[in-house]
Amino acid sequence: MRTYIIKRLLISVVILFFTGLIIYGLMRSLPTSYIESMAMTKSMAPGSKSYDEWMEQLTAMYHMDVGILPGYIQWIGEVFRGNFGDSWKWSVPVLEKFNDSVWISFTMGLIAFVIEMLIAIPLGVLAATKQYSKTDYTISVAALAGISLPTFFFASLLKLLFSVKLGWFDLYGLVGRDYEQLSQTGKILDQAKHLVLPIVTLVVVSMGSLMRYTRTNMLEVLNSDYIRTARAKGLSERRVIFHHAFRNTLIPIVTIVGGSLPGLFAGALITETLFAIPGIGYVSYQSMVSGDIPFSMFYLVFMAVLTLLGNLLSDILYAVVDPRVRVA
Amino acid sequence: MSNNLSNEPEMNEAAAPADEGAEEQLSLNDDRRVKVLSPGAMVRRRFFRNKIAVVGLVILLLMFAFSFIGGILSPYTEAQQFYRNEQIMKSFGAAVKNKDYRFRGAPDQDFSSIIQAQMVVNMQTEKNVFKYKGTEYSIRSDNDSLYELYSGDTLIGIATTVIVTPSDGTTELSFEFVSNALKADNAGETSFEADGTTYTLDEGGVVTDASGTPVADVGEYVIQAIMADAVITSGFREELIAALEAGRTSFEYNSSEYQLKYDAAKDTWEIKQFRTTQVIDTYAFPSAEHPLGTDKNGMDMLTRLMYGGRVSLIIGFIVVFIETAIGVVLGGVAGYFGGWVDELIMRIVDVFYCIPSLPIIIIIGAAMDAQRMPSAQRMFWLMLILGILGWAGVARLVRGQILSLREQEFMTAEEACGMRISRRIFKHLIPNVIPQLIVTSTMGLGSTIITEATLSFLGLGVKYPFASWGNIINDVNNTYVLTTYLFIWIPAGICLLATVLAFNLLGDGLRDAFDPKMKR
Repeated sequence: MRTYIIKRLLISVVILFFTGLIIYGLMRSLPTSYIESMAMTKSMAPGSKSYDEWMEQLTAMYHMDVGILPGYIQWIGEVFRGNFGDSWKWSVPVLEKFNDSVWISFTMGLIAFVIEMLIAIPLGVLAATKQYSKTDYTISVAALAGISLPTFFFASLLKLLFSVKLGWFDLYGLVGRDYEQLSQTGKILDQAKHLVLPIVTLVVVSMGSLMRYTRTNMLEVLNSDYIRTARAKGLSERRVIFHHAFRNTLIPIVTIVGGSLPGLFAGALITETLFAIPGIGYVSYQSMVSGDIPFSMFYLVFMAVLTLLGNLLSDILYAVVDPRVRVA
Repeated sequence: MSNNLSNEPEMNEAAAPADEGAEEQLSLNDDRRVKVLSPGAMVRRRFFRNKIAVVGLVILLLMFAFSFIGGILSPYTEAQQFYRNEQIMKSFGAAVKNKDYRFRGAPDQDFSSIIQAQMVVNMQTEKNVFKYKGTEYSIRSDNDSLYELYSGDTLIGIATTVIVTPSDGTTELSFEFVSNALKADNAGETSFEADGTTYTLDEGGVVTDASGTPVADVGEYVIQAIMADAVITSGFREELIAALEAGRTSFEYNSSEYQLKYDAAKDTWEIKQFRTTQVIDTYAFPSAEHPLGTDKNGMDMLTRLMYGGRVSLIIGFIVVFIETAIGVVLGGVAGYFGGWVDELIMRIVDVFYCIPSLPIIIIIGAAMDAQRMPSAQRMFWLMLILGILGWAGVARLVRGQILSLREQEFMTAEEACGMRISRRIFKHLIPNVIPQLIVTSTMGLGSTIITEATLSFLGLGVKYPFASWGNIINDVNNTYVLTTYLFIWIPAGICLLATVLAFNLLGDGLRDAFDPKMKR
C-alpha cells in the first residue's frame, strides 16, 4: 500500500512538472503588453529611471528575459521558497489574494456539495430500486436535464425569478448595501442570504452526475448474486436494500466523493462570475481576462494540483474502502 | 466482430430459394423458423424501444432542421439590420423679436462703429445734428424703428429695428434695396423702386418683384434656421409671425406641424418640428415580421437563433471529431503496443487530463481579444483548442477497450495469419470500440456545446457578427434585458438546453442499446 502511494505520488509530481511547463509556455507565448505599460507608468514618475531601465528590471523580475524552460525552472525555484510573485491586477502578493478569496469559495462549495449528496444519493438509490418505473424515468431525465443545463442560463432564470420578480435576493455580490451597519450575526446572515442563489445553481447543475452514478452502481449491486441470495433467504426488501445493497453501493460513491473533495477549493468560476461573488473563481477570472500572468499561473497550477490530488485520493480511498482491491 | 453496426438485417442461410415454394413445411429444428437478427438490428430494436431516447432523437432532428433548413428558409440573413421610423421633435429654428438697432452702411461710405456709436448717442438724446471729426452729420427719422444718417445730402447709413431678409435665405440684398424697402415699410407705401426695378410690398411685409416672385421680407422678427436642411421661406415666415402675434404655440406649414416654445431667459421662440428619423430597430418586441423580436443590433432574433444553432452544432461536431481522431489514434497505439509506448502516451494523457481547460480557453480568448482577431479566425482557433484539450478522455477509453480486446482469440488468429499491424488496429480493434465511441461522442457533443456557449456567453468565444446561442444569451449581462426583454434570451436558452439534453438522452439510449447485457 505504502509503495503504491509513493509510486503514485512520484508519478503525480512528474505529471505536475510537465503540466506546469505547458501552462507556463502558454502564458509566456501570450501577447501581453502589461510589462510595457507598467514600465511606461513607472518611468513617467518624477525622478525615475528611464523606460528602458525599468523595462530591463521588470522583465528580469518576472523572468521574462530568459527562455521558456529556464524561466520555468526559475519560477519553480521561487515557488519552492513559497513565492508566487505579486499579482499584477490586484497588486498584492498572489498568495495573499488567494487566501482572501479561497475560503468563501470553499464554504460555498462545501455547502453545495453536502446538499448535493443529501439529494442525489437517496434519489439515485430510489431510481435504481424502482428501475423502469415512472419514478425512475423522472429522476433519470431530471438528472440528465441538470447535466444539460447551462450554468449561465439557469443562473439567469433564478435571478429573473427570485431577484427581479420576487425580490427576495440581490442580483449580484456577496454583501448587501447596508452591510456595514449590521451586527455580527446580521453580517453573517447577510452573506448567507447572498449565497443562496449561487449555491442553488451549483447544486442543480452538478447534482445530475452524482445521481446517475449512484443509480448505475446501485443497479449493478442489485443484479449481483448476493442480493438474490439475500432475497431468497426471505429478508425484507428494506433490509436487502439498506443493509446489503446500499452498503456495497457506498464503495464507489465514497471514492468519487473523496476524489472530488480537493475540487471544492477550485471555486466555481462561472457561478461566482455570474453572481459576482469574490471567491477564487471570480478573482481568477478577472485576473485571467486582464492578463495577470503571476496570478493565472498560480491558479492554473493550483487547479492541476487539485485534479491530481483528487485522482490520488479516490484511488487510495478505493483501496481503503474495498478490501478486495488491496489483495491485488 | 461482436457489435456489427451494419444496418441490413443479416439474411440467415440466404433466404429460401424461390423455386422450392413459399408454403414449404419446415421441420421444427429448421434454422429458418427462427428469426435471426444481426447485432445491428438488435441494437436498433433496443434503441427504438427506449421512448426517452427516441424523444431525444426527435428533438435533435428538429433542432437540425431548425438550424440548417430554417436558416435557408428565413427571409433574412444572419447579420441583417432592421430600421424603424421614429417621430422625433427636432429643433427646426429660432425666432426672436428684434429690439436692438441694426446698422447698415451705404456702399463707399465711412460708417464705422465710432460713427454708429455717435449716432446712437444722438438718437437717444434726440439731437438731430452732430459733428464728428469735422464732418457734420444729421439724423432723419419718422418713427423709432428707422433712423437715417446723412452727411449733407448723402445717405451714409441706417439704423433700424426692422429687418429685411432675402426670401430664399441666401441672396445678398443691396443697400439701396434695403433702405428703400425700409422706407416704404415705414411710410406704409405698397411699392418702391430700387436698383432701377419696381417692387411691391404687401401688408405682411413680403416684397415681390414685377413677376410676383417674393424677393425679401420686411419684419421685426429675426428667424434663424437651426436644422441643417431648414430653409426659411416667405410663406413659413408669414405663418410663423402670424402664430407669434396671435400667441399660439403651434402652427402648420406645408402640411408639417411646428411647435413654438418660448424661452424666457433668451427671449426667443424655439421652433420645433416633428421629423421622421430612421433608427436601428433595437429590442423590438415580437411582431409578425420578427416573431421573436430583434436584438440589440436590430437583427431578427429568430434568424439569429437559427444561425446560432448552426454555429453551435458545427463547432460541436468539429471539436468532437478532432477529439475522437486524436484520441483513437493515440489510444489505439497505446493499447495495442503496450510497454513503454503505452506508458509514454498515458503520461501525456495524464498531463492533458490535468490541464484545466476552461481557464486555459478563457486566457487564450482574452489574448485573442487583445489581438483583435477577426471573428471567423477566432472560431477556427476555438475549435482547434477545444479539440486538443479534450482528446485525453477518448484516448483512455480506446486504450482500455483495446487492452481487453487484445487478449481475445481473434487477435491471436490475426497474428497467426500475418496481418499488417495497422490493419489489425484500425480494421479489427477500433471497430469494436466504436459503440462506446459513439456513446461518448454523443455525450461529448452536448458538453462541447455547453462549453462553447459558456465561452460565448463570457464574450470570449464566438463573436459578433456571428451568432451563437451563448452570445445571444450574453445580453442578460445588461440587467434591463434580463428583466424586460425575455424574448431575447429565453428562446436561446431553451434551444441550448433542449439540444444538449437531446444529445445526452440519445447517448444514454445508445449506451443501453449497445449494451449486450441489457434485457429489454
